[in-house]
Formats: sequence, C-alpha cells, structure tokens
Amino acid sequence: MSGRRRLSLGERLLLAIPYLWIAAFFLAPMLLVAKISVSQSVLARPPYRPIFEFSDGPSAIWDKMQALTLDSYRALFSDTLYVESYLSSLAIAAVSTLIALIVAYPFALAIARAPERLRPLFIGLAVAPFWTSFLIRVYAWIALLKDEGLINNALMALGVISAPLQMYATPGAVIVGIVYSYLPFMLLPIYAALERQDPSLREAAADLGASPAQTFLRLTWPLSREGVVAGSLLMFIPAVGEFVVPDLLGDSETLMIGRILWNDFFSNHDWPTASAAAVALVVLLMVPLLLWERARLKEEEGAR
Amino acid sequence: MSAAGAWARGAALSIGFVFLYAPIVILTVMSFNASRLVSVWGGFSTKWYVALLENEQLLHSAKISLAAALVSATIATLLGLFAAIALARFGGFRTRMLFFGALHAPLVLPEVVLGLALLSCFVALGVGRGFVTLVIGHVTLTMCFTTVAILAALRDFDRTLEEAAMDLGATPPEAFVRVALPQIAPAIVTAYLLAFTLSLDDLVIASFATGPGATTLPMRIYSQVRLGVSPQINAVSTLLLALVAVALGLAAAVSWWRAGRNSSVKIATPAPDEAS
Repeated sequence: MSGRRRLSLGERLLLAIPYLWIAAFFLAPMLLVAKISVSQSVLARPPYRPIFEFSDGPSAIWDKMQALTLDSYRALFSDTLYVESYLSSLAIAAVSTLIALIVAYPFALAIARAPERLRPLFIGLAVAPFWTSFLIRVYAWIALLKDEGLINNALMALGVISAPLQMYATPGAVIVGIVYSYLPFMLLPIYAALERQDPSLREAAADLGASPAQTFLRLTWPLSREGVVAGSLLMFIPAVGEFVVPDLLGDSETLMIGRILWNDFFSNHDWPTASAAAVALVVLLMVPLLLWERARLKEEEGAR
Repeated sequence: MSAAGAWARGAALSIGFVFLYAPIVILTVMSFNASRLVSVWGGFSTKWYVALLENEQLLHSAKISLAAALVSATIATLLGLFAAIALARFGGFRTRMLFFGALHAPLVLPEVVLGLALLSCFVALGVGRGFVTLVIGHVTLTMCFTTVAILAALRDFDRTLEEAAMDLGATPPEAFVRVALPQIAPAIVTAYLLAFTLSLDDLVIASFATGPGATTLPMRIYSQVRLGVSPQINAVSTLLLALVAVALGLAAAVSWWRAGRNSSVKIATPAPDEAS
C-alpha cells in the first residue's frame, strides 16, 4: 500500500460521500449519546437538558457546563439492576460462546476433512440459515421449547418424562437461542483456520508415531487457535448486547443489558441513564476488541 | 483415515445439520398444519396462507419492508463500494483510522446502541420519523457489511490487470470501471443481497428509527410473536424462508455457472494444492 499522497478531486469526492454519511449518521449520533449521558434528566421532550450550542455566549456555555453531571454514571453503579444485567449479560454470552465452540468445532472439523469437492456445498449449507430472518429463527424455537411444544411432547411420548419440562422462558432457552442464531460466526473462522492446515503435517505426525488424539492436541488444535479466538469474539461481543433472543425466549427475570436499554428508551424515558449505560456497554465491548487487534498486529509485525 | 474417524465425522456433520435445519423445517411444516396447536397435526391446509392475503396490516408492512430493503440496499452498496475503493486504493489518507473504525463499529456494536443513537439524533434534530429515517437507519447499519464484502474482493483483485489496461491507454477511472469492476461484480452482488436481507430482517434499528405509518414486517411479526406462536406467522415466516432459499439457490447456480465457464482457465493454471 502506498503511503500518504495527495488525492485528486474525484478521489476526494468519492471518499467524501461515505465519509459524510458515517459522520452524520454514526459519529454524530454516538457523540450525542455521550453528551446526553452527562446531562440532567428532565421531564420534557427530548427528555434531557440541552448542553451547549455554538450560538451561546461564553458565559452561557459556562452556566450550562455547570449543569453537566456524572449523576447518570453514578446511578449506573448504584442501581443494582444495571450492574446485575451487565453481569448476567456477560455470563449468558460467555456460556453461549463456550457451547457454540463445543458444537461448532467438530462440525467445522468434519467439513474441513470432507472430500474437497463437497466442502463448498457443506459450508454453503451451514451458512445458509444465517441468510434467513434472525427473528424467524428465534421464533422457531418457541414452538420447540414451549411446555406443550414439540420437545416436551416427544419426550413425554417416549416416556422419558411424565410432566413437561419448563424450558421456554428460562435462561437456558436464551442460551440455546443465542447459540443457534450466532453459530455461523463461530463456525466460519474455525473452518477457515482448519481448512488452511496442510494435510501433510498430520501425515508426518502419524509417521512419527503420534496417536490421533496426540495429533489433535499438539497439532490441529494449536494451529486452529486463531480461528477459535476470532469466532469467540465475533460471537461473544454481539451476544452481550442481544435484545431479540432474551426478549422472546427468556422470562422477565432474564436480565440482559440490551433489553434494559430498550425498555429505558421506550418506556421509562430516562435517557441520560440509558445513554450512560450505552456508553459503558460500548467501552466494555470495545476494550477486548482493541486488545485483540493490538495483539494481532504485534504478531503480524513479529512474523515479518 | 480410519473407519472410526469417518464415522465420527459423519456424526458431527449430521448433528450439526440437524441442529441448524430442524427448527426451520418444523416451522415450515407447521405453517401447513390445519390445527392451531403446535402439538396436534390437524391435516394439511393452506388456510393460514389464505388468511395472510386478507391481512391488510401485514401486507402493508411487507410492502414497507420490501421498499426499505430495496432502497437502503442500493444506497448501502454504492456507499460501500465508494468506501471500499477509498480504503483499498487511497493509501494512508488523514483520519483513515477514524474512517475505518467508524465503518467497522456497527459490525460489533449492539444494534440497540446504534438504534438509540439514531433515535436521539432524530429527536434532537426535530426530524419526524418515518420511511426516510428508516432507510437512513438501515443504510447506516448495512453499509459496514457491504464495505467489508467489497473491500475483501478489491484486495484479492490482481492490480496488474488494471495497470495493463492503463499501459494500453485507459485512464485510471476507465481502467477501474472496465477491468476491476466486472471482476468484483460477484462481491457487489453479494454485498447487495446481504444488505437487502439484513434490512428485510431488521427489528431493532427499525423500531428505533421508524415512525407511525412505516411499521416494518419484522415489527409486526415481533408484536404478534410476543403474544405466542401463531399459524399466520408460521405462514409469513415460511414465505420469507422460501424467498431466501430461492435467492440463495439462484446465487449458487450463477456461481456454479461462472465456475464452469472459467474451468478452462483453471486447468491451464492449476492451483498449488490441486497440483500436489
């Protein structure tokens, strides 16, 4: 890639169009959320006190600066609802990610070791559900998990249980829903890492007397670790802020931060606290991502 | 490979595919169930599909969703193409990191956060919410996906072909449009389809960004689903699944046809792993 150079007029225009869009509809709104998070809550529409405008004189700006407050952030930490829902979001996302890894790894391995001409078909079939509606895929699980749903019916018909198990509207249902809907995020990076591995490495290990288990633990798994880390992050991060799955498959006790934020904005009208919670969530999610990116860049530099 | 290994691979594949497809297949079967109950098979019936045709609200929402998906996917693909060209070709322009980060952030940001940011922005500006704000929300959500898809293709593309065209007298924009663009066309189509399905499917951003009169299909489905499983929703879902299945089938057929057409080139230059 060439270094910094002067862009021609046409190039500037080409860059300006997406840049302006992102600035207007992503960066500015995010800054606004950060701004609302330090304003005072008022009963009005919009339900927060304005901060400052450029038309204000210096004294007016000073007055309004005085009105800025970290109250919302304080509320965030003192309100157990927020703290608990952050913790439970992290726990649910972590458990889901772990289960998805356990489901996706053998699946990815089986696809990667399938005959070469079948691989594109298998991976295509595995990713195809991802193209269908997320909402519908979550909805499909309701019919399976309900008390009078198909799983309970099947188990009762087989005589395994005598009364329906409560599965719908539990944290377990939320975890199943998250695993199901985010599985491709986990599957694809692991598959990519496994597919890249040179089969002759395994042959060499076998020639040197390694058992299949040894070959897996000392060769296949370490070489696929990058895919595992990427897949876990790709799944964990959106799962923490998930709204649809806990709302449809969980009960009212299943606290997840995405759901709390939704309720704060639509029903409670406490925008400053909700904004502070959103800012905290972004920071919480971006930190591991930035750390991972930095570690990856360092590794790349080290490899050079 | 040992027989046990082959058996384990077969089992892993079967379990994986059953897990992925069973809920979808069951949903489809249920949409043809004459009975209202999930647990009772009341015979084959298309009555829920007939009922759909009479559900004005749902049909109106379906039209809104399709229109929003068409418009927002078109804008998002164009913006994504521009952004990808800038990121792939312009080198390290100033604030590149900011641009890159802001473009990729919606990929990992919870949709709720992007949604509430857009909502506060529209409220602060005093903009009435409706179809236009819905499209703005969907473009902002999907353009990061289109950028990533097109950027990957542009990076893989062999620039020497473009340089050859310029040696033969083409201007840089001409070389790009006539040499690079046809080569990355499949990625552009993929990007468009991705943006289209994401927009068609989105519930969270739409709930924040849209207003009365522009209620999308997922919002209607969602409010119905909260009341429980309903046969009509099974029917809508099956139609949406069928739509995606047809689109994916077409995409697969096109790529298979392209691969077949290019196979003579492949034989001339075998890939390293094929040669071994």
